[in-house]
Amino acid sequence: MAINIKDVSFNYGSPQIIKGINLYLKPGQLVSLVGPNGAGKTTLLKLICGTLKPTTGEIYIQDRPGETFTKKERASKVSLVPQNPKLPEEMKVSDFVMLGRNPHLGLLEWESAKDFQVAGEAIQLTEIGHLLERKLGEISGGERQRVMLALAMTQGSPIMLLDEPTASLDISHQMKVMKLIKKIHGQRRLNAVTVLAIHDLNIAAQFSDRVILFSEGNVAIDGTPKQVLTKDNIKEIYGSQVTVMSHPEHGSPLIIS
Amino acid sequence: MSDNSTRELVSIYKYPWTHIITGIFIAFICTVVAVAIGSVYIPVTSVITIIFSKLDVFQQQEQISSSWHTIIWNIRFPRVVLALLVGASLGISGATYQGLFKNPLADPYLIGVASGASLGATIVFLTGVPFTYGYFSFLPLASFCGGLAAVCLAYLISIKSGDTQLSTLLLAGIAIGAFATAITGILMLSSDPDLRPLLSWLMGGFIRAQWSHSILIIPYMTIGIIFILGYSRVLNTMQLEEYYSESLGVDVEKAKRVLIISATLMTAVAVSFSGLIGFVGLVAPHVVRLLWGTDYRTILPLSGIAGATFLVIADLAARTVVSPVELPVGIITALVGSPFFVYLLLKAKRRAGNGY
Repeated sequence: MAINIKDVSFNYGSPQIIKGINLYLKPGQLVSLVGPNGAGKTTLLKLICGTLKPTTGEIYIQDRPGETFTKKERASKVSLVPQNPKLPEEMKVSDFVMLGRNPHLGLLEWESAKDFQVAGEAIQLTEIGHLLERKLGEISGGERQRVMLALAMTQGSPIMLLDEPTASLDISHQMKVMKLIKKIHGQRRLNAVTVLAIHDLNIAAQFSDRVILFSEGNVAIDGTPKQVLTKDNIKEIYGSQVTVMSHPEHGSPLIIS
Repeated sequence: MSDNSTRELVSIYKYPWTHIITGIFIAFICTVVAVAIGSVYIPVTSVITIIFSKLDVFQQQEQISSSWHTIIWNIRFPRVVLALLVGASLGISGATYQGLFKNPLADPYLIGVASGASLGATIVFLTGVPFTYGYFSFLPLASFCGGLAAVCLAYLISIKSGDTQLSTLLLAGIAIGAFATAITGILMLSSDPDLRPLLSWLMGGFIRAQWSHSILIIPYMTIGIIFILGYSRVLNTMQLEEYYSESLGVDVEKAKRVLIISATLMTAVAVSFSGLIGFVGLVAPHVVRLLWGTDYRTILPLSGIAGATFLVIADLAARTVVSPVELPVGIITALVGSPFFVYLLLKAKRRAGNGY
C-alpha cells in the first residue's frame, strides 16, 4: 500500500508548518522521519492518518485521494500510535486493545471470531497477555507503549504511523520496543508501510530502510541511513558538530556528539 | 500462544446476558414488592396473580377481591411502572453524559439538563394550550428543547481541547440550572393562580402517575435507547483523546451530536412526567462501573436496569417512610445520592484532576 504525498503544505493559522512536500513511500519500507524539533514530523503523520487536512495538495493512499475516504475506510488503511496520549486510566487493557476493531465493525455489531483472532495475535506478539485484566492507569511506560502497539496491530491497517515510540523510555525498553516495531513490520503483509517520527538518530540509523531528514517543514535529504546520516548533513541541518562511525555490529551509521 | 489470548478475549467479550437477565429479575422482584406494599398490604402471590391475569399469561385461578384489583391495577402498578421507565431513562442518560463528557460526575440533574427541561415544560404548561392529543404530547418535546439548550450551553462553557473540565462543567451546570429554575419560578408566580398540579410536578415524584404517562414515554425512550446502544462501542472509543479516536475511524463530531440529542431526549421525557429527580443518573452508572468495568456496551443497559430498580425502591421509601405523608421521591434520591457524590468528588480529587 503506497503513500503518495503531492505538493502538500499545511499551516495552523499563519506559520507554515509543512511547505509543499512531495514524497512517495513504497510498500514494504520502514521509514524514519528525523529532524530538529518543530520540523513538521508529527504534523506530517497527522496529515497521513487524516486527523489533519492539508491546506493545499493531496495525499494519495494506494492511488486514491485521502479526502475520498470515509473515517472508517481511512482507519482500516492507516493506524496511528501517538506520542504520550492521555489514556483513560480506568479502562482495562483488553478493552483498549479491542478498540482497534472499531473501523471493521458496524454500529450494533459484536466482535466475531476473526476480530478476536486478530487481537489475539497482536497480544501475543507484543507479549501483553498477562496485562489484559489490568487498568491502563496501572501499567508502566514500556507496557503502555506495547499496549498501544497491540491496539494499532489489532486495527489491521497496512500503514502504521508511530510518533516518537521510544520517547520517555529507558534504553532497555527503547531497544525492546524498536525490535518489536521491526518485528511487527516484518509480520505484516508485504505491502505494509511503517513510518516513524523519531528524534534519536541512532535508532533511526539502526532500524530503518529509509531516513527522511526534515528541516523547517521541508524534506532536506532523503535516502538510506548511510546516505542521509553523514557528518556534513547533520552539521548543516542541526548545526552541531558530530562524529559518525560505523556501528560495530550492524554496520549502520553511529552518531556520537 | 495466540490461541490462548484469543480464547481469553472470547471469554471476556461475551454479551452480558447473564448480568442483564439477573438485573431484570431483581428489578421484577422489587416491582412486585413495591406494588404489594402500601397503606393496604396485598400478599405478593396475589400481586403476581393480578398482574399476570391482566396480561393474559394465564387464567385467573382464584377469586381476588376487586378492591385489591383496583388498587394494584389503577394506583400502584402504573406508578411503579412509571418509576421503572423514568429510572431507566435517567440511568442510561446519566451513563451517556458521563462517557460523552469523560466526566464521572456528569448527571442529568447536576449539569442543568433537568432544570432546562423543566423550564421548557413549564412554558408549555403555562401557555394553557391543551398539550396532549391522544397518545401524543407536546410536553416531552418542550422539555427536550429546554434540556438541549441547557446541555449545549454547559458543554460550550466547559469544553477545553476536547475534554470537559470537571469543575467547570459542574459549575456551569449549577449556574444554568439555577437560572432555569429562577425563570421557571418567575413564570409560575406571574401566571394563573391555580398552580397546584405544576407545583407538585416540579417537586418531583410519581403521585399523579397514570398509565397514559408510561405509554407517552415509551416511544421517545425507545428512540433514545436505540441510538445510544447503537453508539455504545463508539462511546468506548471516545474515551480516548479526540484525534486518537478519530484515527480509529470515529466521526467524533457526529457521534457527539447523536449522543447528546439521544441522552437529552431521554432525560427530558423523564422530567416531563416526573419532575426533577436528581442523582439517579449518577448513582446507577457508577455502581455498574464499579462492579463490571468500563465497557459501555455493558454499562449502558445495566445502568438502565440499575436506575429503574433504584427509583422503584426510592419511590417505595418515599410513600412509606413517614406514611401517611408522602415525600417527594427526589428527597430520597438526594439522601442516597449526595453522600455518593461527595465520595466521587474525593476520589476525583485523589486522582488530581486527571479526567476519567
